[in-house]
Amino acid sequence: MNSHQPLRVEEVPEIMVKPRAGEKVLRVALAGQPNVGKSTVFNMLTGLSQHVGNWPGKTVEKKSGRCRYGNYLMHIVDLPGTYSLTANSIEERIARDYIVKERPDVVVAIVNAATLERSLYLVAELLLLPSPVVLGLNMMDVAEQQGYRIDVQILQAKLGIPVVPMVASKNQGVKELLEAVIGLAEGIVPYNPRQPEIKEAHKPILEKLRELMNGLIPEPYPLDWVAIKLLEGDSEVTELVKGWVDKDKWGEISALLKGHEDAILDIAGGRYEWIRKLVKAAVEEPRMGPVSLTERLDRVATHPFWGLVVMALVLGAIFWLTYTIGSPIQSWLEESVIASLANLASSWLSFLGAPAWLNGLVVDGIIGGIGTVLSFFPILTVFFAVFGLLEDVGYLARAAYVMDRFMHWMGLHGKSFLPLFLGFGCNVPAVLGSRIIEEKRARLLTIFLTPFIPCSARMAVLVFLTPVFFGERAFLVSWGLILLNLAILALVGKAMNSLLFKGERLPFIMELPLYHYPNFRTIGLEVWHRVASFLRKAGTVILAVSVVVWALSYWPTGSIEGSFLAKLGVILEPLGRLAGLDSRMVVALLTSFVAKENAVATLGVLYGAGEEALASVLGKAVPPKAGFAFLVMEMLFIPCVATVSAMRQELGSWRWTFLVIGFYLALSFAAGILVYHVFPF
Amino acid sequence: MEAANSLKPLVDLKAGEKAIVKELSGGKGFVARVASLGLVPGAEVEVIRNPQHGPIIIRIKGSYLALGRGEAAKVLVEDSA
Repeated sequence: MNSHQPLRVEEVPEIMVKPRAGEKVLRVALAGQPNVGKSTVFNMLTGLSQHVGNWPGKTVEKKSGRCRYGNYLMHIVDLPGTYSLTANSIEERIARDYIVKERPDVVVAIVNAATLERSLYLVAELLLLPSPVVLGLNMMDVAEQQGYRIDVQILQAKLGIPVVPMVASKNQGVKELLEAVIGLAEGIVPYNPRQPEIKEAHKPILEKLRELMNGLIPEPYPLDWVAIKLLEGDSEVTELVKGWVDKDKWGEISALLKGHEDAILDIAGGRYEWIRKLVKAAVEEPRMGPVSLTERLDRVATHPFWGLVVMALVLGAIFWLTYTIGSPIQSWLEESVIASLANLASSWLSFLGAPAWLNGLVVDGIIGGIGTVLSFFPILTVFFAVFGLLEDVGYLARAAYVMDRFMHWMGLHGKSFLPLFLGFGCNVPAVLGSRIIEEKRARLLTIFLTPFIPCSARMAVLVFLTPVFFGERAFLVSWGLILLNLAILALVGKAMNSLLFKGERLPFIMELPLYHYPNFRTIGLEVWHRVASFLRKAGTVILAVSVVVWALSYWPTGSIEGSFLAKLGVILEPLGRLAGLDSRMVVALLTSFVAKENAVATLGVLYGAGEEALASVLGKAVPPKAGFAFLVMEMLFIPCVATVSAMRQELGSWRWTFLVIGFYLALSFAAGILVYHVFPF
Repeated sequence: MEAANSLKPLVDLKAGEKAIVKELSGGKGFVARVASLGLVPGAEVEVIRNPQHGPIIIRIKGSYLALGRGEAAKVLVEDSA
């Protein structure tokens, strides 16, 4: 079987674990289509040894981990879940490049036994690549429920590769899978893979292509694969071959390919025909069996009307759960843990005779920053857990389906609705959550529009300030401001869609996975990774910015009134005047950049009043007109630091991040000035 | 079996109707994408939902797919006997 190359540790920096004495190292790649339970298998194999990063130079997540079994240390790379291996998406390119260039010892292909024909398509493509393949026939329980009887022996014989039946969510078949991987790598298990037939009409062309390119294809590319991809019209391989052969040769090749531009359909059709034959021999299909669970649930869940009702209930439940569980923990963290930590640090520092600035830096800058990061933790955890549960059982795709009608009007994808909804709690997980949208355009637009969703911190500011300016009408004004934000979101989305994308409709092709029972280990690990990644990436930036802003509000005079921040407020005052704001309100707006709820605290400091007195002081000092302008601006102002850092992470570019900041800054001032001048009171 | 003139776009089928995929119109990227999902000539599809607005749902090779109306219009099918 394929020889053991020693692991080149320096090429995979995240895998730093050295094998123990006498331990053999195997490099294993995990491949599979979406919704086949691949992440469950990965989690079962690697548990907490996972490393989550990005594929080099890409924003696609890369997960790797290790698994010790018997005398073997397996380094497992989770390839992106893709339906095929064309050049049409980054994920597909990453998956095939990895197998072609890194040549893992074994590729484990996970398929869903309940949608066997469809999920074997990727296997048909994997068999063309150089690494040997083990088939993990997952979700056997779902398949049985649906009435499929699969003869594993026949399937194995027909495919010529090891086939392992599994129910990964119940940890069944995982050991057997590892045995098969080792058996294959050691050459103990027989391996005679059959390949899909190519249509008769294309056989001579393929043969001719092989002849023409023989000896011209550099390592590590397999000649047969290059020939088939060329015939498929694969854009990447076509470019590669152009670079490898001389002009005359390319002339011959392209002459051969001419007139076969639609070969992709024949090749794909051929693969499916081959799969059909396999499945016919190995699988007894249900004859009009009982109506499946998926069908019954979808009668309601995807119904044009009832689907919306179900979704509203589910979202309400998410909100309720997140705030019922998350909020008390959040306030406990803030009031008990952070506050006592700050007190402790403060008394220690004064006991040691530290200067006032050091005390401020530690207590307000550092501990305050940690507090901000920590305060997101409970809500994020609960939200991701509920979200992960719905994703795992298969419901999320249905919510995206029923919302697509409304979302695509704004150039968004049905799935955009989910992160946007999350934004009502906090914009940070909303931005991070936009990863679930595969279409880049819709994902970027979703991230861009997220700050229009009023988060809980801005709601808190509304609750405090509207009664100050509007008394009994406060509730109506608050609602009006929230609706204003949502209306602007829809209008900006619509405008961006028509301006940037010329209103071109976004393709909507999405699988609705079969419903199945959740696997809590998978959900738990997903939650852990999402939260840990937030703490690591967004957390460090929030902390750093918190320290910087504290410094700006402290120096040079040691108090906010004479600080750099206040000076900035004075500089910006002329602009603020246009919206009826004095420099103090401008500074309050600026500090809301750190955290939206800061606006109230800053006003308290600058107007020389505590929170209780502030209401009456502000009510007298600020006319409702200016107060309204301030609220509009606060609602539309630059997203907070935490959100901006999350945006930076997801957009992958400072330039775009600054453009977003500039946009919200300009919009907020423009809207403030506008309402100040047209406000009827 | 009727002649090729009975081809119609998938989007015109009502919920519950079954058909055979005959042709895919549209760009190379679209064709490759839906082909990998099982929408190849010869495949049997069943329309599960076709609301007046918004994407339709089909069943193909045991899995369920949501397709935008634009996408579903590019899949040409023939009624299965």
